[in-house]
Amino acid sequence: MTETTPLWEVFIRPRNGLAHKHVGSLHAADEVLALQAARDVYTRRGEGSSIWVVPSSAITASDPAAAEELFDPTADKPYRHPTFYDIPDDVGHM
Amino acid sequence: MYAQGLIGKPGGSVSDETEEFLAAFQARIDAEEKIEPKDAMPAAYRRTLVRQIGQHAHSEIVGMLPEGNWITRAPSLKRKAALLAKVQDEGGHGLYLYAAAETLGVSREEMTEELLDGRAKYSSIFNYPTLSWADIGIIGWLVDGAAIMNQIPLCRCSFGPYARAMIRVCKEESFHQRQGYEIVMTLARGSEAQREMVQDALNRWWWPSLMMFGPHDADSTHSDQSMKWKIKRFTNDDLRQKFIDATVPQAEFLGLSVPDPDLRWNPDKNGGKGGYDHGAIDWDEFWRVVKGHGPMARDRIKARRKAWEDGAWVRDAARAHAKKRAARKAVLAAE
Repeated sequence: MTETTPLWEVFIRPRNGLAHKHVGSLHAADEVLALQAARDVYTRRGEGSSIWVVPSSAITASDPAAAEELFDPTADKPYRHPTFYDIPDDVGHM
Repeated sequence: MYAQGLIGKPGGSVSDETEEFLAAFQARIDAEEKIEPKDAMPAAYRRTLVRQIGQHAHSEIVGMLPEGNWITRAPSLKRKAALLAKVQDEGGHGLYLYAAAETLGVSREEMTEELLDGRAKYSSIFNYPTLSWADIGIIGWLVDGAAIMNQIPLCRCSFGPYARAMIRVCKEESFHQRQGYEIVMTLARGSEAQREMVQDALNRWWWPSLMMFGPHDADSTHSDQSMKWKIKRFTNDDLRQKFIDATVPQAEFLGLSVPDPDLRWNPDKNGGKGGYDHGAIDWDEFWRVVKGHGPMARDRIKARRKAWEDGAWVRDAARAHAKKRAARKAVLAAE
């Protein structure tokens, strides 16, 4: 029981036209078995038309402790949104 | 299929966290923020979740055994296909949950070891035997019914990965209860022998199903903390009452009798909406079964151990094959 089997993250595209979305993870020895297991575990009821599996170890994530410095500055920049600008109604839809 | 909340106490209670840290964490919970795996969290919160999600996952996996027992003897192809699909779902639910627990830093191998050597608990309900085909119907109706009652609030649990896993589980679970009720209905409307068989199954499973919600609130030691952390949203007794109120009319519809002579409609219950008063639950039996003295406890663990040991060569072969392929790929890339 000592040797562990690698962890994979599973992404599924519900149908063409939509992006692949993370649905969960699973253990598998290699990418072939990971795909097969993903199909059995995550698409038993027509949830998808395409699967990606990615080794969890290949993912680099941002640090939650750095969330403030990374994401808070956007709150002070309302000028990046269209509603910041006053356009008279008479101009019509813009 | 199901978690009983947390069975037993969360291990250890020493904490070197500051008051400020704990208060800030509680403030996030109170603001209904979800906690994600890499977020800072009190050690006790992590420990409680690892144990609860682990127990839940084990319950799903062990829960495949009582029903798997009837797959080859299902009375028709339709019933067999449905039962196979249900048991496969339970396996899938176990996997979603193990994956959620793993985000907290515990490995699948550790959790499997704990189940196989008897350290980990699972829902006491699976330590009862499935004696007749009617048991399969009753399990779907009552056991999955009780599980759904418990799991729907878990979809709003404060820990993100657990809540997301539960949403998937709940979506799949409602077919389980409906197929169970359909089996019960078919037998209840069948021959005298079939009616007797299904009534007997209801008699055996009713009380264990009520025990699935866990001890009374007054005796549930860690319930308060779990409620405060919003891991749990309703108390054991509240959920049990909801289950009884929903299930008794379903039994009456089929002309089956619930094996509780003290069951009475009480119009004043539930703040005047009415509800059922029920008889005393045999908690001695509950604790006996939780502690592994249920009629099937030894068989269940033996079956899991056999599955793990018999599957060892498959895991070894898959890993060896993966290594060989990776090596071959490396050689090709170097050329």
